[in-house]
Amino acid sequence: MATTTERAPGRETRARYSDEYRDWLRMMLLIRRFEERAGEAYAVGQIGGFCHLYIGQEAVAVGTISALRPDDYVISAYREHGQALARGMSSRSVMAELFGKATGCSGGKGGSMHLFDAEKNFLGGHGIVGGQIPLGAGFAFAAKYRGTDQVSLTYFGEAAANIGSFHETLNMAALWKLPAIFVIENNGYGMGTAVRRSASIASLADRADSYGMPGVTVDGQDAVAVRDAMEEAVARARAGEGPTLMDIITYRYVGHSMSDAPHGTYRSKDEVEQYRARDPITVLADRMRELGMLDDKLMAELEEDVAAEVADSVTFAEESPDPDPSELYTDVYAPEAQ
Amino acid sequence: MATLTYRDALNAALREEMTRDDDVLMMGEEVAEYDGAYKVSRGLLAEFGARRVVDTPIAELGFAGIGVGASMVGLKPVIEMMTWNFALLAIDQIVNAAAKMRYMSGGQIGCPIVFRGPGGAALQLAAQHSQAFESWYAHIPGLKVVMPATPADAKGLLKSAIRDPDPVVFIEGEMLYNIKGEVPDEEYLTPIGVADVKRSGNDATIICHSKTVAPALRAAETLAQEGIECDVIDLRTIRPLDERAILDSVAKTNRIVVAEEGWGFASVGSHISDLVQREAFDDLDHPVLRLNQTDVPMPYNKHLEKAAKVDAQKIAAAVRTVCYRD
Repeated sequence: MATTTERAPGRETRARYSDEYRDWLRMMLLIRRFEERAGEAYAVGQIGGFCHLYIGQEAVAVGTISALRPDDYVISAYREHGQALARGMSSRSVMAELFGKATGCSGGKGGSMHLFDAEKNFLGGHGIVGGQIPLGAGFAFAAKYRGTDQVSLTYFGEAAANIGSFHETLNMAALWKLPAIFVIENNGYGMGTAVRRSASIASLADRADSYGMPGVTVDGQDAVAVRDAMEEAVARARAGEGPTLMDIITYRYVGHSMSDAPHGTYRSKDEVEQYRARDPITVLADRMRELGMLDDKLMAELEEDVAAEVADSVTFAEESPDPDPSELYTDVYAPEAQ
Repeated sequence: MATLTYRDALNAALREEMTRDDDVLMMGEEVAEYDGAYKVSRGLLAEFGARRVVDTPIAELGFAGIGVGASMVGLKPVIEMMTWNFALLAIDQIVNAAAKMRYMSGGQIGCPIVFRGPGGAALQLAAQHSQAFESWYAHIPGLKVVMPATPADAKGLLKSAIRDPDPVVFIEGEMLYNIKGEVPDEEYLTPIGVADVKRSGNDATIICHSKTVAPALRAAETLAQEGIECDVIDLRTIRPLDERAILDSVAKTNRIVVAEEGWGFASVGSHISDLVQREAFDDLDHPVLRLNQTDVPMPYNKHLEKAAKVDAQKIAAAVRTVCYRD
């Protein structure tokens, strides 16, 4: 049954949440400034290939990942810089990967679309729409097979909810009660195709009904709402009650990738401005101000802090070496098998 | 030595590896309660239970991907494709996920997974069920492609494939499942990437694999009666290819015929032809000849099907040609 999850009342006590909200606000600011800087670096050719920015969607990554343990698994598609940072990967290793450097999280072989960090259980960064959905279920399968209580978080865009791998995987995940959380990052558009022009039903969360799993629609601009809904899904998965489908409604302020404008033939400037008015960073900051957790001084400190971290990540990436030419041939097969 | 069918040799390999390592599991359509579409998994559900022998819905892309994901975090799934024709639905996971994972993660994440099942033509199954796809997979860096022709090789190579740290495409043959052969009683592994000389001779080399091995040996028998002695090299592994075995044989015989089941365009044989002209040009007394399925979809009619397939007569005729004896 699809439901709208609302924030549980009475949970926002300053004692419990002030450090956590401050950490979330800092992470959302870091992602925003990191992505803005990545866009600049792309424009001058320091970053190549395809590059998909996360600006506008920060509350989704921060709210979902904050409900996980370090030993849980995370996998995503190609708009994953923000999730990698939220998972605790260093801004240096992510920026260096975008620059294609040897110090990047994937050794410069993956790039923007293939960020990996085995230690953080962040297992990509995948470039084929929907391809990562069964992989994420596979992590959950392994957790259940081994009898651990780990869970698996799989991100994909709303357009991927129309591909076969989504339907095949959700069926098997529910059939086998896998500890998986499937998160639709519903930013409204698959490239330039609006969700209403690609999905036959209004609410993608309703698709969970077909597979006998809970489906929830969540306000993706509110990190607290995301976190609360995610906690419920994680609890179900850890308790052996099976997967959950979360349709998290968000918006990307920028184009699909660096090669298209924020607005144009498929959406208007007015629409983008309308969504910008309910910015996820502002939503959390306003709540913190209401609760007396944030003032202008702290906000300025956080901005300064993330600006320094982003600048450091760029310096690190610029100064890092390219991969050695011999690296062309490594990692095709396991070293012991070559 | 026990005499086993190819099917039972594969079954024994699965049983031994599942007994040895709890991380090894089987997944696919009809592998458990039905005991396997071709009975390769017969008895494994009873022995290992539903946790390790997993029936799936008909969803090749989905269960291939779940297997790849499980392998990324350390399990060693053996994914059965009822036939390789159906694996076309899963090829995104085999090529875009399994084959690429180690490289695009900078060496952090490997996929120790086996995709296995019957490939190529059987009898009168027509166009959609009679295709040999080994050259497709052999094209992909990151994959290994293994194709045993005998029960002993089937067992030893499947055990090696399951223990391999990289994704292995393991292509069997519906027409091979019932063949019998001697299989060592003691435990053994057959190394991936090593061809096998199935018959030795100095006059011509026949390169074959999987279902062309038996007709190649029959052709060699016929040719021996005509005074032509053939080296019959069973590749056993398509990728990595045992180039040394091919070149050593050509250096000895100076004549080579490549017989494979699949179509000829961009095929295993065309790759070997390139290898031989590049590395052994001066050894050759005749251009390389290739035998392939006729370049058409497989017809249903049994006479047309026979005409389309490589057989012992066609192989023998090609050898006579490279020996200037036709």
